[in-house]
Amino acid sequence: MQLYLPIADLPVNVFLVLAMGAAVGFVSGMFGIGGGFLMTPLLIFIGITPAVAVASVASHIAASSFSGALTYWRRRAIDPALASVLLCGGVTGTALGVWTFTQLRALGQLDLMIALSYVILLSTVGSLMFSEGLRALMRTRRGAVPPRRTHNWIHGLPLKMRFKRSKIYLSVIPVVVIGIVIGFIGAVMGIGGGFILVPIMIYLLRVPTSTVIGTSMVLTLVTMLFATMLHAVTNHLVDAVLALILMVGGVTGAQFGARAGQKIRGEQLRLLLGLLILSVGVRFAVELVIRPEDLFTIRELGVSG
Amino acid sequence: MRALAAALLVLLLGASARAERLIVSVSNHRVTVTPNYSGEELVLFGSVEKDASTPADRTAYDLVVTVMGPRADMVTRRKERTFGIWINTDYRQFLQVPSYLALFANRPFDGITSPEIARRQQIGLNNVLLTQRVSGDYADVVPNDAFRSAFIRLRTQRGLYREDASAVTFLTPTLFRTGIPLPAEVPIGTYEVEIKLFANGAFVGKTETAFEIVKVGFEQFVANTARQNGLVYGLVTAAMALMTGWMASIVFRKD
Repeated sequence: MQLYLPIADLPVNVFLVLAMGAAVGFVSGMFGIGGGFLMTPLLIFIGITPAVAVASVASHIAASSFSGALTYWRRRAIDPALASVLLCGGVTGTALGVWTFTQLRALGQLDLMIALSYVILLSTVGSLMFSEGLRALMRTRRGAVPPRRTHNWIHGLPLKMRFKRSKIYLSVIPVVVIGIVIGFIGAVMGIGGGFILVPIMIYLLRVPTSTVIGTSMVLTLVTMLFATMLHAVTNHLVDAVLALILMVGGVTGAQFGARAGQKIRGEQLRLLLGLLILSVGVRFAVELVIRPEDLFTIRELGVSG
Repeated sequence: MRALAAALLVLLLGASARAERLIVSVSNHRVTVTPNYSGEELVLFGSVEKDASTPADRTAYDLVVTVMGPRADMVTRRKERTFGIWINTDYRQFLQVPSYLALFANRPFDGITSPEIARRQQIGLNNVLLTQRVSGDYADVVPNDAFRSAFIRLRTQRGLYREDASAVTFLTPTLFRTGIPLPAEVPIGTYEVEIKLFANGAFVGKTETAFEIVKVGFEQFVANTARQNGLVYGLVTAAMALMTGWMASIVFRKD
């Protein structure tokens, strides 16, 4: 069934988009991530402009992280104090990100920047995650104990605060900075940032695994809602019809993904996720390097009359 | 006295220009784009009416139909290889160019009239005026300009610009028809149709008509709201996201 997307301005097959939402939802449920880094490239691939894809995926991620956050809230697996400090940075970062997005769009370099950030971010995070997963897998094979967690330089910073539910005593500076960074890249790239945020919180901030996913989902939820708002107000690029189809597919797929994820061991899961992230990054890199089919592109600057 | 002569001349010229009258009509003056719209074809038909002042030797006519969609500014960008990757480097701005442009004729454009008249009457995609802003100046450039030809090629690929020298068919020596194909992603707005009549290579007369493409239904409502009430639109979308997420967490609740 064909449906006309009002903002993306092109007809798409509803079932194709629904299936894409479900597939990405499955993966996101399995790994406990938002899945924006998969959804945005897929939308670009079916012909939606990167700008509309980034803006619309924001609301899709908001929906899936809200349903996740509700579940974690019931299990008391969210640290409200940590989440609010993260949000201070997150909201600032999102505003900066949307502003940058608008500037780049005017310069005609938005598509390039989206592609470049995907290459850099995804290949770095992907290979880190992959190698870490590989090492963890080897360790469990050999039956060795994982190395003990020690304090690092981050724990020497001033302005310390006690986060009761996570049972950590930590400076707010790195937390706010992480919030800004995640908010910024989220708004520019159309990703929730969960797949970067969770590892950073675990390895750098030593947030216990019991609260890490729930808390990161709260940040994702609020930054993505805020990004949706800003993209709608400044660039008028949020396609609500597209977003709704993606949401419905996404939240459904996520439930089945979460069930499948429980059957796989943690190390294998990280290995798979690393590989997935890496392959998306490589795909973007290839696109940048090979000669494009057409060197010219047209952009309409609004119809008058 | 001179003014009177000029007035008389104008009157005479006007009379000779009115030797043939073009009567045209499109099959639908208001095309509605619905959610499942996947392109359509309008039909333009008309006839050439001769009157007493028509020279007797005028039997074969040539017609050129130009359909122009709403005008917009557009930017064409060119990618170049920089540091091993392909980056948009150079660009040209096209000012108030038609978002849809179709040129139809009953035989190849270069056979209808002289290159001089073809250029003046904008016959054929190569002769249509596409104003560019070139470093502060406004001008149309030569037809083989890289940006201009890329612009036309890309618009043609999307079915938005087209040129068909066999689309106009004469049913009788004076009765003609042509189809106007409108692709799925047709821009909305007012479309001007110009019908130009040629006889023996000379421009004889023209007439104009118009049709309108409107989007109806939910899609158009969404698109309008997004552009006019960005804040409300954003709030509604955000609320929709929360609702969907909340519903999912209820539907799939395990306990």
